[in-house]
Amino acid sequence: MNAFVLADCTTVDGALSQLKDGAVVKAGGVDLLDRMKNGTAQPEKLVNIRNIPALRGIEETDKGLKIGALATLTEISEHPAIRKQYQILSDACGSAATPHIRNMATVGGNLLQPVQCWYYRSADFQCLRKGKDLCFAFNGLNQYHAIMDYRTCPAVAPSSAAVALFGLDANVELVSSKRGQRVVSIKDFYVHPDANPTKFAVIEPDELLTAVVIPKPAAGTRSAYQKYGEKDSFDWAIADAGVVLEMDGNICRKAIVTMGAASPVVRRSAQAERELTGKPITEATARAAGKAAMEGATPLSMNAYKVDLFPVAIYRTVRLAAGQMDRDPRAAG
Amino acid sequence: MAPHMSENFLRDLVLEEALPQDEEKKPDTTPKKTVQMPVGVPGYTLQDEAREVPESEPPVWPTNKDLKFVGQSVERWDGAAKVSGRAKYTADVQLPGMLYAKFVNASVPHARVVSVDTSDAERYPGVKGVHVIQHVFGGAVLRDPSLEQVKYPVVRFAGQPIAAVAATTPYAAEEAAALVKVKYETLPFVVEMDRAREENAPLVFPGAADQAGTAGGGGGPRNVSQTGNVHGPSIKKQGDIAQALKEADVVVEGHYITQVQTHSALETHGVVADWKPEMLTVWASTQGTASVREELAAFFNIPASQVRVITEFMGGGFGAKFGAGNHGVVAAALSKKTGAPVRLMLDREEEHLSVGNRPSSDQLLRIGAKKDGEITGIHLVSYGSAGCGTGAGCAGPATNLYKYAALHTEENDVFINAGPGAAMRAPGHPPGAFALEQTIDELAVKLNMDPIDLRDKTDPHPVRRVERQVVRESDLWKSRNPKAGADTGPVKRGVGLSQSVWYRFVSMNSSAEVRVHRDGSLEVLSAVQDIGSGIKTVLAQILAEQFGVPPAQVAVKIGDTNYPVGPNSGGSVTTLSLTPAVRDAAWQASQKFLADIAHAYGASADDLVLVDGEVRSKSGKIKPVSFRRAAAKMTTDQITVQAKRIPDYDKSKYLTYGGVDVAEVEVDTELGRVQVKRVLSVHDCGRPMNPSLVISQINGGVIQAISYALYENRLLDPNYGLMVNPNLETYKIAGSREVPEIDVRLVEAYLGQSSTDASGIGEAAGVISVGAAVGNAVYNALGVRIRRLPMTPAVVLAALRRPQPEMELA
Repeated sequence: MNAFVLADCTTVDGALSQLKDGAVVKAGGVDLLDRMKNGTAQPEKLVNIRNIPALRGIEETDKGLKIGALATLTEISEHPAIRKQYQILSDACGSAATPHIRNMATVGGNLLQPVQCWYYRSADFQCLRKGKDLCFAFNGLNQYHAIMDYRTCPAVAPSSAAVALFGLDANVELVSSKRGQRVVSIKDFYVHPDANPTKFAVIEPDELLTAVVIPKPAAGTRSAYQKYGEKDSFDWAIADAGVVLEMDGNICRKAIVTMGAASPVVRRSAQAERELTGKPITEATARAAGKAAMEGATPLSMNAYKVDLFPVAIYRTVRLAAGQMDRDPRAAG
Repeated sequence: MAPHMSENFLRDLVLEEALPQDEEKKPDTTPKKTVQMPVGVPGYTLQDEAREVPESEPPVWPTNKDLKFVGQSVERWDGAAKVSGRAKYTADVQLPGMLYAKFVNASVPHARVVSVDTSDAERYPGVKGVHVIQHVFGGAVLRDPSLEQVKYPVVRFAGQPIAAVAATTPYAAEEAAALVKVKYETLPFVVEMDRAREENAPLVFPGAADQAGTAGGGGGPRNVSQTGNVHGPSIKKQGDIAQALKEADVVVEGHYITQVQTHSALETHGVVADWKPEMLTVWASTQGTASVREELAAFFNIPASQVRVITEFMGGGFGAKFGAGNHGVVAAALSKKTGAPVRLMLDREEEHLSVGNRPSSDQLLRIGAKKDGEITGIHLVSYGSAGCGTGAGCAGPATNLYKYAALHTEENDVFINAGPGAAMRAPGHPPGAFALEQTIDELAVKLNMDPIDLRDKTDPHPVRRVERQVVRESDLWKSRNPKAGADTGPVKRGVGLSQSVWYRFVSMNSSAEVRVHRDGSLEVLSAVQDIGSGIKTVLAQILAEQFGVPPAQVAVKIGDTNYPVGPNSGGSVTTLSLTPAVRDAAWQASQKFLADIAHAYGASADDLVLVDGEVRSKSGKIKPVSFRRAAAKMTTDQITVQAKRIPDYDKSKYLTYGGVDVAEVEVDTELGRVQVKRVLSVHDCGRPMNPSLVISQINGGVIQAISYALYENRLLDPNYGLMVNPNLETYKIAGSREVPEIDVRLVEAYLGQSSTDASGIGEAAGVISVGAAVGNAVYNALGVRIRRLPMTPAVVLAALRRPQPEMELA
């Protein structure tokens, strides 16, 4: 780890005034410190926002839910209102990493973590996403990489919370001292590597992510998220599924199906959603949705098995969201 | 014992320090007595057998049920210190003026080092010394060193240490280490074993090379041929294998592939070295204080009397922590150079890369049998890679578990540009058992025999026979559906079993001192280190049994070469080697004590006994008096006795131990996920000195084996030769949610071999057999056999899609 300056801030304005000349925001420090220790991040200054009270808390409003950037994954997953109305988000935050990490990790930091590709995470590999020319995963070890939507970099979307927030149509609040506040839809928040490999999200270096805002769900909405790893304790997803269903009696009026571990940016599967919309949720429609979600999948040399896993994850999570199946004991969390 | 058990194998296992129960050259003139000892399994085969033992040996202990402290689940002697953080490990040692050292490691997998420029590092603020390595420990060395005329050691794997920097803070050391400029002349490399076996593969060594074993085993055979990167074969033949397989009614064969596992002890390797003109003192995380002293004295050419090694607590070794290692030598050299104590602790990445691993294997195994289950022949051809070392042989289980008419094994080591293997908990046996015990299971299917009946037919070991009976009567085994793949639905349940074998090695390098103080306090001292198995507790129990005081009140001082020499902890030798010496010392101290105080009571020493914490008179002449009060009558402040291990009472016996493990799995056939729900472990280890400590070792072994079978895998990028998962995040180890319900049943199996009759458990403790038991359980669930480790979703789904065709032997 390199030597660095630590600027400890207690207000948003104070933090914003420090965000210049290569300064990097530190919230829970979970991911950033890992990258600093292995030498892939070498910031000269850290702006510690962990002690800013204004960024804490989860607030229910008329319009929905406002989650402060410093809310921890544990706080979100255990929040009574979220468990009741936004089950998908509670599931996603509660299945990340380990209880210890969830106690430290903030939602802001979780959404902003760069990809977990082992080449990107190694100081020995100077890859495309570090501004160089080469991706090492295509001809290297790619068992955990993407099976869809990649051309330049097949590292998958790392944040489980993001998979849920895509399903909930969330917005992200960003603020800078020069340009003030802006609100960005989660759909527009991430930058696909094909467009710009070194920029992971639209947030600028002088901006702070202050909150996540989630609209109130329509009546009859049910949701769920399930994540599958190679093991239960402390593992990244090899397949996952977020499902939001607007039910009208027996019929699904609207469905959103999202996946994180399939592609470089969280993917909403219109094909899967088509198989559910306007139909009753049954074994058959849920299976059809899972199958449809893999249309156009192009696995790499070592990850064809993932094409088998996503349909199962989607099928089981659709049935879970619909209240037709128990939570899968083989899913993490 | 059984004639088929190969003496060759025993020799080749290379527990160099542990082996010699030195055959006395001169006639043994020690006065002897004949005693009756309990031998066998209580409730099954227990009987008294006569043993001729030295007259000075203490009275024979009865079985555990009739002892007060030994054989009981006495609380871990230092448990409170460990859980409260009071226990000081090597990394906790703080000395005045201590420097922090950091390695500079090779960034490429194969290269000649042209130059090492340390000038910028030496100028970095806080840096006190830089050391460039001239000799690398670990890995194979060329038989003909003249094949490489080089100034610096050739880099044979990424992560090989090249130099080290010592500075006043760890941060300065790290920053300065990054400033050392190493100029490489890179060489072609190979990190995949299949590729390394090809004719035109890049060569890891320019000629034949061999690796020595350590006190914990490992290393490979010497004096075998080497072709390209293939070191071997090492061939063993008994009987005519071709004829044996021809005479078989059934032949089963399979191709099994296992991965590289790293030791991943919680505490990393490391030392604090303090070089003073009169004494080099080294605090080390080691499983052999004696081995560290020996290597440092030899390397620096100083007398052993001027090297002191201290290991009060350690956080695991699993076979990778013998000897001084590169870190020990480099820290001592830096301390000598700077005149200050130097700490050098490895980080997790270095743990994965450079200090050992369990080699991979690729095995073709063929077993022939008669219709009634009698095995006619076993034919094993194995290739395995211990990186730039050797020691990937895995024929132990095939050689030593079953009766056969003929055996043919060919073991090959394949060099690749990766960190050298090291002894790891039962070297060679987990991969060997994974193949053997699945093949035996397959044989049972082909013969339409129950897997336990088949083993009763072919396994002559009397204790495993009892253990199989325990399994047969267990609810878990009774719940097994003999029909494989019978469950409907996506989640299928299966139950399978596997056996293990390990060998009785005795380290004669085992001694201890017992002190009785006038205030009635007791001390036991030995240089032995506690690798985590709890030897401190066991030593306290022995003194408690002798003097009748609670074990917690015995002062146990170990892990320091200032004390009488102790065994290196490898190959399951510690308890069985050291405890007889301690009991003998305690017994002799008690006799000396009685002789010393007899006069004060007007009694003769012959009339006095020490029982249950009281001095009693056999004749009834004096009233019983407590040990503590009697101690006040000692004529000196302290009575001291040292004793060393005497050879096993009956050396004609070739003894092995083992166990039978049963695993219950659930396989989600849609996800390819295997979950181990329950494990039943039935094991023997002679007299269990402390059942809860033994069970604790078996719990750990079971978890380590599950982790090996399902998750762990060292992954090397084939194009760059670098490990992509040198952490504990993507190098996946079983966590709390992967731990099944574990039911350990200990089978007391008395051998009549020493004054404590203890045996070892570390190797056999589930580590060998649980992987194969999981494999057999998965077969029972699916009707499909998984022959590759780890059994990840990718592997299981592939097997479900396309059950592997049986492969021909090469």
